[in-house]
Amino acid sequence: MTAGLEGDAAAHRRLLKQLSGHLRAYFKGRLARVGLSLTDAEDLVQETLIAIHTRRHTYDLSKPLTPWVYAIARYKLVDHLRGRKTAIFDIPLENAEEITASEDDMAVESGIDLHKLMSRLPVKMREAIQLVKLDELSVSEAAQRSGMSESAVKMSVHRGVRALAELIRRGGGS
Amino acid sequence: MKTDDLVNLLSANLEAADRGKARRALAGALALGTAVAFGAMLALLGMRADALDLAPRVYIVMKLLFTLSVIVLATIFLIKFARPLAGRSRTLPLLMLPFAAIAIGAILSLLSAHSTTWDGMIFGKEWLNCLVSIPFFAVAPFAALVWALRKTAAPTDLGRAGAVVGLVAGGIGATAYVFHCPDDSLPFVAVWYGVTIALCTFIGAKLEPRLLRW
Repeated sequence: MTAGLEGDAAAHRRLLKQLSGHLRAYFKGRLARVGLSLTDAEDLVQETLIAIHTRRHTYDLSKPLTPWVYAIARYKLVDHLRGRKTAIFDIPLENAEEITASEDDMAVESGIDLHKLMSRLPVKMREAIQLVKLDELSVSEAAQRSGMSESAVKMSVHRGVRALAELIRRGGGS
Repeated sequence: MKTDDLVNLLSANLEAADRGKARRALAGALALGTAVAFGAMLALLGMRADALDLAPRVYIVMKLLFTLSVIVLATIFLIKFARPLAGRSRTLPLLMLPFAAIAIGAILSLLSAHSTTWDGMIFGKEWLNCLVSIPFFAVAPFAALVWALRKTAAPTDLGRAGAVVGLVAGGIGATAYVFHCPDDSLPFVAVWYGVTIALCTFIGAKLEPRLLRW
């Protein structure tokens, strides 16, 4: 996590990948009780990963990571169930270690359609995300290609990812 | 979308996290909210005329001690609740401390006075003005804090985060009102400042789950 916070992409990817397994196991277990599908669980995994990513600056390095991740996962679960107007269902407040207790790599595709969401972003953000995040060009290459300045590219990527997170949270992705 | 694709998307060309962001936004919101609250107080009510005389100054300092301690304690908890928190936490006792202190002071000063003067001590000259002004002055700091939290924070207990936002905003509103407030008695402060700050806290707890969702 520390390396990821400092901008080490490979470390960040490894962390998110590992967390996605734990999150999947957690959400599948909790959603099965209320009769929601695997797609719902995968939606939540992805929504939580985005939240972890966009709010990663709120992690306090001096504290253990697990409770921080658990708090976000539980928050997203409660928010998700409230949003879908599922019957009143009290999510128990468990020991935070519960989140890393099991792992699940049986990923299904989520109901989130990235391309549909992208089409709802402002042009600049869409272009910046396409170039920097999907085509994996460097920021300076993306700046050249798009005619934006480097700082404008960075800003558009940052805002774009947050805007995507907001669209997904509102359930616009499925 | 496949989760692996999302992970790749999020990690591609990763920027270092800006860890001072939340602190800067909070400081900015506190400064802006306080400035607007004071501006509103000066424009609408004006400073009390005798603010610089010795006798009222003692009361002004006492009132400020109360309101500032509310702000400081609530801000400490606001910083805590702005982050994802896994467990439950005990907040109430510490946050109630300034209120308990002023209530004890109020009771002592009532007991030391004759009961026929209690009415005046409690209602003072401008209780209604106090009741309206403090929540009104709290609006700007409240809005600024909500903005800062939405932009940078990740509260997982929205009700509590909302309550402390209301408490900080109410404290700032009360601090601004202190400089106008012509009523110098502890029972007045305990009742009317206490009620209005509690009201702000309650409104914050009720509104915030809708305002702070992320």
